[in-house]
This record gives sequence, C-alpha cells and structure tokens, in this order.
Amino acid sequence: MTSLQGLSPALIIIVGALAVPLLRHPLRNVYMLALPAVAFAALLSTPDGDHGSLQYMGLELVTLRVDDWSRIFSYIFLLATGLSVVYAWHIRDWVQQVAGLVYAGSAVGAVLAGDFLTLFVYWEGTAVSSVFLVWASRTDASFRSGMRYVTVQLLSGLLLLIGALALNAQSGSLRFEHVGLEGLGGWLVFLAFGIKCAFPLLHNWLQDAYPQATVTGTVFLSAFTTKLAVYALARGFAGTPELIWIGAIMTAFPIFYAVIENDLRRVLSYSLNNQLGFMVVGIGVGTELALNGTAAHAFCHILYKALLFMSMGAVLLRAGTVNGSELGGLYKSMPWTTGFCIVGAASISAFPLFSGFVSKSLILTAVALEGHYWVWAVLLFASAGVFHHSGIKIPYFAFFAHDSGIRCQEAPWNMLIAMAVTAALCIGIGVHPEPLYALLPFAVDYQPYTAAHVLTQLQLLVFSALAFSVLMWHRIYPPELRSVNVDFDWVYRRFPPLVLAFVGPPARGAWVALGLRTQEGIRRLGRYLAHSYGPHAGVARLAGSSAMAVTVLGVFAALLLFFYLA
Amino acid sequence: MQEKRYWLDSKENVAKVYRGVWIACALLLVAELFVHLHGHFAIENLFGFYGFFGFIGCVGLVLGAKALRKVLIRPEDYYDD
Repeated sequence: MTSLQGLSPALIIIVGALAVPLLRHPLRNVYMLALPAVAFAALLSTPDGDHGSLQYMGLELVTLRVDDWSRIFSYIFLLATGLSVVYAWHIRDWVQQVAGLVYAGSAVGAVLAGDFLTLFVYWEGTAVSSVFLVWASRTDASFRSGMRYVTVQLLSGLLLLIGALALNAQSGSLRFEHVGLEGLGGWLVFLAFGIKCAFPLLHNWLQDAYPQATVTGTVFLSAFTTKLAVYALARGFAGTPELIWIGAIMTAFPIFYAVIENDLRRVLSYSLNNQLGFMVVGIGVGTELALNGTAAHAFCHILYKALLFMSMGAVLLRAGTVNGSELGGLYKSMPWTTGFCIVGAASISAFPLFSGFVSKSLILTAVALEGHYWVWAVLLFASAGVFHHSGIKIPYFAFFAHDSGIRCQEAPWNMLIAMAVTAALCIGIGVHPEPLYALLPFAVDYQPYTAAHVLTQLQLLVFSALAFSVLMWHRIYPPELRSVNVDFDWVYRRFPPLVLAFVGPPARGAWVALGLRTQEGIRRLGRYLAHSYGPHAGVARLAGSSAMAVTVLGVFAALLLFFYLA
Repeated sequence: MQEKRYWLDSKENVAKVYRGVWIACALLLVAELFVHLHGHFAIENLFGFYGFFGFIGCVGLVLGAKALRKVLIRPEDYYDD
C-alpha cells in the first residue's frame, strides 16, 4: 500500500475515469468500482499533513491536505461514489459514467485542497462535469435546466476566485484556513460557498436541476455539490453567527414547498435543502459539539438522501414517473424498493436506531446548550416537518395511498444491491454510532441513547404521524396536483421577459440580438453535445440562459487572462 | 387470473392502522410518567411537550402550505416558452 501513499485520490478517479470508454462491459463495471476503492486505499495510507505541494507563478499550492476534516468528507464522498457506481451499473452511456466519476473525483479533490486555487479548480470541476448528468436526460427541459444550473455554479466559482485573490492581496497567502466575514474577500468567498450550499434565495438551482437529471445522475448529484459547500463553510466560517439564522431559515422554509410539490424527486430536493440547514446551523454555532454534529450529519445525510433518491429513481425507471399525483400502490410491484425507501425515510426522520438520530441530535443539543431558544424551536419544528414530507409523504404517495393501478417490475438487481448496502449502513450507523463518532473532527462525549431522548424523539415523530393520519383521514390534506409552484427562481426565469415586454420592443430586440450573437459559440458546443445529447432544436431556443452562461464564461476568461498577464 | 388481495386493500385494515397511530401516541404519553426528562429549556419538561409540538407543528405546516399553494400554484407548463 505504501506505493499509493501521497497519491491524490482525486486524480486517481479523474484520470482513471478517462479510460472508462475504452473498456467493455462487464469489465468496465468492475473498473468503475475499483477507482473509488483504490482512491480510498491511497487516502488510508497517506498520513495527516500537507502533500503534493507545488509552486505555481510564485504561489504556494497544497494540492493534498489530509486532516480530520478532509478525511471524514473524503471517506463519505468515496463511499457515495462506490454506491452510486453500483446503482448505475446497468447504464451503458459512457458520457454519464465519465461525468459521474470526474464529478465525484473533483469533489474529493476540492475537499482535500489546501489552498484556494486548488479548491477553485476542483470547485469548477464539479460544476462542469455534473451538468452532463442533467443534460444526459436528453430532454429540452433538462437542457435548459442544466444551462441555468451551470451558470449559477460557474458564478459561484467566479466569486470564489475573486474572493480568494482579494484574500491573497490582504494576507499574502492562498492557504484555505478560517476566513471569517471580514473584508471584501471574506464576503465574496462566503457568497460563493453560500450559492453552492443553496442558502435561502440562492437555492433554486438545486430544486431546478436535480429532478431533471437522469435516474442515476441525481443520486450522484445529491451526494457531492452541497456537502462540498458544507465542508468549505465549516473550514472557512465556523462560528460565524450569521450562519445560525441562515441555517434555521433553510430548515424551515423549503419544507412548505416540499408539502405541496408533486414531483417526488423535487420534494427530496427541497428536503435536501432543509437538511443542509441543520448543518449550516451547526457551523454557525461553532462549538466542538456543533461542528461534530455538522460533520456527522453530513455523513449520515449523504447516505440516507442517496438512498431516498435511489428509491425514487427506481420508481421513475420502472413506473415512468415520479409524480405523486400519478403514483400509489407500488408496494405491490416493488416491495424491496419500498422497504429500502422506508429505511431512508426513517433515517432522515431521525428515528431511534436509524442514522439521522445519532447525528442530528448532536446539532440540536449544541444549539440548546448555547441557549439559542428560538433557533432550537425552529429546528424542532423542521424536524417534525422532515418526518412529515420525507418520512411519510415520499413513501406514502409513491408506494401506498390509493392504488394507481400501475404494475411494474421490481428495480434492477444492481439498484437493489446499492439500496441494500446503503440501507444497511443507515441502520448500522444508527445502531452503532461509535465508529462514526470516532471519525469526527473533535473528541465525542455524547450519548444519543438515553431514555429521555428516545422517548421525546418518538413522541415528536409519532404525533407528527398522527397529524398526517388525521389530515388524511378527514381529507384535509392537500391532494397531489399536476402543477408548478413558483419559487424565487421566478425572478430570473419569468421577471426579465415581463420587464422586456413592458419596456418595449427596442430592449427586447437588443436582448435577442445579444442572445443571437452568443448563440454561435454555444451552438458550436451544442453541436458537439447534440451528438450524444438531446434535441438539437433546444440549443437554438436558448437565447436567455445561454446569454447568461456565455457572459459568465466571458467574464471568467477575461479575469483569468488578466491575472496571467498581471 | 384474479390479482392477489393485499392486507391494506381492505378499508377495515386501513382503519386499524389509523387507530394504531392513536394508540401509539397514547402509549408514548403514558411512558413519559416513567421516564425522567432533563431538558435544557423549561418548556421541554411540560408534560407531552414533544408530542404536542410535533402535532401542532405538522398541522400548521400542512395548513400553511395549503394556503401558500393558492398563491404559488401555476399550470405545469408555466415556464415553457
């Protein structure tokens, strides 16, 4: 194993991914699973400390920093990579396979980055690779959604780069340590992290793009981008009090949308947003207990959220839809998937003996210990709400409710294996939290299984179930409807055309002209993409978001050029 | 061939599940008599606090979301140009 020591786990996966198209099945499947395994072995054999240092234009870069924080996030990222790969074993589309692996490798690289420039490169790597998982759905809607997604992600990277350079100018160092909200650089980096972490009002890319990605793509997506942001916030902004309320709002506000949303993968995206809120609160509180809670919750969350997305992906694959309004009664056709979904639901709801219970309680206890009474109450409300929309609504509308009459096959065997292993991990961590606690950045002196804690948590959850049952029984519960609910993305998806219509034809003409001019470049990319992706016509009708994407890319290129020349 | 009838296909059995949830809640309240609670905030020590908080919170969440939907709902093709 010593031969692997100091090798970048990220590069093992990213460079390794390039060989995927050359291999034939089933060898390709074995190879794709071997990549995260070898990367894991490399990381295990690498001692804590800085590795892979290099000088670049007089800048000191550390491409591989191993410490408690980067270790736990890398471990869970690599584990999630392996599980997602198995879940996607039936896929024969090399573009998705390469994109998924490069995306996962980039996320690992970002977590292990010791300086801002390395972080930036991998940060953008996650953006550019992951969008292919959205586009791989090969629909007009997914193409446009992917465009909006990658625009927002690139904007986040741009802010990170400018912020990092401002910090460098301030302190003379690019090293990624605690940043704090001081000066322009601090705020820009904060905003960059906040976009990727789906802070309130910066969140819509998540609910927009994740439900548009492929069945297997969404499972990859759910694991990496936002948890990378959580890691970055924990490293750079621990103990920043602003994060406490930002996080609290994140836990509470998306769950209202989750209740009325019809697309069950979008419900899960809103619930993902809500779970990030708990982690952000932990970072804001910033005590050892709270930060341990954030790391533990990120770890558990990646597993149960992947499990939930896996089960809904299986439903989409077999039943052809994940709209609550069209599903129901699937437990008859997909009993195994139903069971795994319920394990995921129990874990996210933090039932005793399931993983969420042993991680979320660290954060809630830390919040209570610091005396944040109202934040604690909001988190408790959000905890009940999580059970309500993720714990009950997802399994209920997909697998139970009224029988939709849909009869389909059980999920493919590889999906069942991935779900079974993930479910086993969710229960294993819930029953035996000690190994997870041992991985946390600080020593743990916490016992989740006290009689009082188990009882109060069960009361909270079972009474929430009662609320759902009563509302259902008396037909007060809002039915699932085929619809769209406007969210903050209305501001950039609907508002500009309205303004243009109001201001008049000249402005509209200018906007369209800008769009047309930028289209040629996009179209060239589009022609290439259309080879393996979606309707060619989609590219031509992308005036709005393509103009935006190209503007961001242009600013980006100009900046890079500027700093090369400077 | 007649399709297999499942346990949950019967209305009476669904009613049993519904009653079961009520009974579970009652049992959890009774259990509180035998467990010493040691909350960080005084409100946590009120009898049945977590249960009532969960129930009221969820009813509020659903009714709130239901009201919100009246404002937010759009046809499925709303964003299609």
